[in-house]
Amino acid sequence: MIEARDLTKVYSGKVAVDHLSFTVQPGRVTGFLGPNGAGKSTTMRLILGLDRPNSGVATINGKRYAELANPLRTVGALLEAKSMHGGRSASNHLLFLAQSQGLPKSRVDEVLDLVGLREVAAKRAGTFSLGMSQRLGIAAAMLGDPQVLLLDEPVNGLDPEGVLWIRNLLKYLAGQGRTILVSSHLMNEMAVTADHLIVIGRGKLIADSATQDVIARSSEQSVRVRTPDAARLAGLIEAEGGKVSLSGEGAAAESGADGTGGAGDSARTDTGITVGAPSAGETTGGARTLIVTGMPAPRIGELAASASVVLHELSPQLASLEEAFMELTSGSLEFGEHGPAPAAAAGSAAAAAADRSSR
Amino acid sequence: MTAAQPVSPAGPASPPGVSPAGPTGVAAGKQAGFGHLLLSEWTKIRSVRSTVWALILFVVITIGFTVLITALITANWNRGRGGGGGGGHAGIIADPAGFLMGAGVGLGQLTICVLGALLITTEYSTGVIRASLLAVPRRTPMLAAKATVFAALVLVLAEIVCFSSFFAGSAILHSRVAVSLSDPGVARAVFGTGLYLTVLGLLALAVGALIRHTAGAISTIIGVVLVLPILSGLLPGNWGAHINAYLPQQAGSLISHARQQPGDLLSPWQGFGVLCIWTAALLAIGIYLLKRRDA
Repeated sequence: MIEARDLTKVYSGKVAVDHLSFTVQPGRVTGFLGPNGAGKSTTMRLILGLDRPNSGVATINGKRYAELANPLRTVGALLEAKSMHGGRSASNHLLFLAQSQGLPKSRVDEVLDLVGLREVAAKRAGTFSLGMSQRLGIAAAMLGDPQVLLLDEPVNGLDPEGVLWIRNLLKYLAGQGRTILVSSHLMNEMAVTADHLIVIGRGKLIADSATQDVIARSSEQSVRVRTPDAARLAGLIEAEGGKVSLSGEGAAAESGADGTGGAGDSARTDTGITVGAPSAGETTGGARTLIVTGMPAPRIGELAASASVVLHELSPQLASLEEAFMELTSGSLEFGEHGPAPAAAAGSAAAAAADRSSR
Repeated sequence: MTAAQPVSPAGPASPPGVSPAGPTGVAAGKQAGFGHLLLSEWTKIRSVRSTVWALILFVVITIGFTVLITALITANWNRGRGGGGGGGHAGIIADPAGFLMGAGVGLGQLTICVLGALLITTEYSTGVIRASLLAVPRRTPMLAAKATVFAALVLVLAEIVCFSSFFAGSAILHSRVAVSLSDPGVARAVFGTGLYLTVLGLLALAVGALIRHTAGAISTIIGVVLVLPILSGLLPGNWGAHINAYLPQQAGSLISHARQQPGDLLSPWQGFGVLCIWTAALLAIGIYLLKRRDA
């Protein structure tokens, strides 16, 4: 278990981590999300004792990192910044770490097998691709077979096969009751990997709850309706107080932008909703697609039935983690603004709501 | 509500390298002690080419220049003193061992200084320091182990190099000046030069730990070894002489003289002690800062 209590870190007058408190429970994968500069890496460095907090304390299984006897046997860490000598072979990098913990040399070969680097063990780490360096970093983290893992952007530079491998490994390790904190900027990846999410922005806690709850809570529910009689149905819905917009880009954009979200989560990336531009609407087979908010799907179905409007599709939409994340953090982006104005406006309201409820 | 979703592992068997028993950690293996850290630091030193090359360079340069300079001076013994550097023949005749111990070491000591600084600054430039400090979060034992391994390595090599230089150099010099290891002060001078190189290497390591950047650390240590003695030599009067005498390199190198020179303010061992005090002080500051600063 990892516990952060009131962690604060100031770098030359700039607050990187701002009174951050959270707990990472064993037995599940906890995702650590936040925009660039939100303080994820700094928080991990504070937990690992690399940086000294201005206030607060971080403990692992009740002890501060520096108090752990053979720390690599309790905690494995992969930092975002490279931490290996380019002139040293992979096996020697792991060997000096193993020796420092009193681990047998055989452990080096075991973790090299685990990450699939056995054949290149004698090669210098400087010749490695980004993906291979990540694997070596993960091997170093797994060296002591630790109960607690902190991984900063572990899927960075990994190919899809590697991403899947990491995902399965993390789930497997969590299933054994280990504590796993993994940061990532790939929201859809987190949606299928993490059971629990800790979201921070500008060094402050924004959300700390189950992944599904974060998605559900932070985004307005919408319903996707496809009908040849779009204008009439839109009128009926708006008369009852629902909000209707025509779906934008069309099917190609929807399936194309989905990317990694295909594994069972209902990620959608419908964007660019505009009511006043009917030509932008999807017109497959004469039917138009509407996005309805502020009205549940059953009520839309009833309205359609009562007016004998034919429906080709009626599906409630779950916001993707990406959208949820953008909404949560839209008030705390470090670098520039994002997205179209309507989304941002809706988002900041949701963020405020989430912010309140998380306190 | 937040129960973990059913795990769908890649296969029924646990991945290699992961204990199927779960988070019990590696049960086998004992509590790591300082000996393990020494082993770990030794692996670090021997597994990087640059350190190995620096040590080879040290051996070749020191012995090579001792032989070269001695041979040139011996061959040109009777051709006047116009071009003769290194204190002239009077100095060689008065203290041949001191001459031999200065001939190659003057340049060779720089490779030890560079290596000592690099040993810690490359950890910062490559990021290995993060891995090192994650492994040894109390930090002091890591630096202590590194210093111990480096000192032991340099001591062994430097003694071999110093005695080799002495025997090779004295054999060449024999036709002009006879010097033997059994002459008064000579054995101490030769052995002491090895000690001097070892402690100077530790001084460089301490500077590396303080400055953390390779270029800055190497410039500083070379400034301390080469430039400061010259500058302080220009200082006028008695206090200038004292400052000069107590500089780490000036004081430390006294031990490489078999005979005390007329103007020496310190005895050989006193001088070596001054170098040790400088080194201990800088290492202490280095450890203090290592513990305090963010890595």
